[in-house]
Amino acid sequence: MSVTVKTFARLEEAAAALSSERGARFLGGGTLVMRALNEADPAITTIVRATDPGLAQITVSSSRVELGAGVTMAMILAERELAFLHPVARAVGGPAVREAATVGGNLFAPSPYGDFATALLALDATVTLAGQGARELPLEELLGRRDRGVSLVARVAFRRPASDTFRFAKVTRVRPKGVSVLSIAAQLPLASGRVAGGRVAYGALERTPVRAKAVERALEGRSLDRGAIAPALAAAADGVAPVDDAIASAWWRREILPVHLRRLLLGEAT
Amino acid sequence: MKAPIQFRLNGEETATFADAGANLLDVLREAVGDLSVKGGCWQGTCGTCTVLVDGAPRLSCITLAESCAGKSIETVAGLRRGADLHPLQTSFMEHFAAQCGYCTPGMLMAAKALLDRNLNPTRAEVVDAICGNICRCTGYEPIIAAILEAARLEASLGANQRRA
Repeated sequence: MSVTVKTFARLEEAAAALSSERGARFLGGGTLVMRALNEADPAITTIVRATDPGLAQITVSSSRVELGAGVTMAMILAERELAFLHPVARAVGGPAVREAATVGGNLFAPSPYGDFATALLALDATVTLAGQGARELPLEELLGRRDRGVSLVARVAFRRPASDTFRFAKVTRVRPKGVSVLSIAAQLPLASGRVAGGRVAYGALERTPVRAKAVERALEGRSLDRGAIAPALAAAADGVAPVDDAIASAWWRREILPVHLRRLLLGEAT
Repeated sequence: MKAPIQFRLNGEETATFADAGANLLDVLREAVGDLSVKGGCWQGTCGTCTVLVDGAPRLSCITLAESCAGKSIETVAGLRRGADLHPLQTSFMEHFAAQCGYCTPGMLMAAKALLDRNLNPTRAEVVDAICGNICRCTGYEPIIAAILEAARLEASLGANQRRA
């Protein structure tokens, strides 16, 4: 079945086109949609593109970061101010994929993809939707209903983390490039040496990245040493439901979760 | 429905028609006739179809052809320098870095993307540069050695040209 490609200069126009047709898909970097097109996915009838320069815009201030949905992993790697995100961007595919893969696309990447979205969840990111009824919503809310159809994402934003408070680990069977068995991202601000308002997120564990709320609660007010983090490690799998897939079994994911969480919290190599 | 598309392919202006939604790999091979680009998975997984678009490595199988309008595309067919092979090609031969050869066009272009911006890569940087390219014959070591050797050749060539 043939498809139609519609290209718009403004994101709002693209959002309108996207919402007007059931079989329309937005093409970002192509890593997901072009695969589907190559497989002649009959659900796709129209490809919607946007050349809006705002999509590729990176804005970094001392307190806030905004990333256009079309910002690629390669663009993040080229931005010194985003050095804390470089390990995350580098975890996405090889160099050619990083040139294509976008921030916005990663929010919709099915598990075991979506490592960047996991990082954004730990950073407490918000998402701004484009088009009619445009609004800002927490990334967590978007992830919860992304499969039910949402408007086009224009950009994500988050408070810039204090230095050395953001951590990320990707667990994979193949290095340097392999899909995640598990990824963990954490933002761990300290007050007087104790965690204050920490956020921890898991990727590739469930169908979408999820927050580890039991771990967050167990870390609150604790220092990051081996003894103090023990309750958090004990709660590592509380409230989450790991999936079985071709990469790993749910049992295995549950087993390795506290091991890699411990390494992340203590700053040890994964 | 076909749409006209123009781009620069290995330095030459090229105009063709592409089916709506066609990927760059199919357009290069079937519409333009550049058979140096190989298709492996059509899923963006194997790296065989790697080309350079405006100097950056891209997987042509998951690149919308229309998105390349007005851009510069390099394939392995344009790698040689006049009558001479590119140092990467020479080095690949000398290090036996190709066995069946199917991954070689993609490997060469991924390596060129690295050397175009870094003539003194570490082994880790070489490994990262080709980590999206699958080879099922060589075990990668001859390829890594060939790229490191080509970088040394290119760097010394550049130094000699600067001295001359």
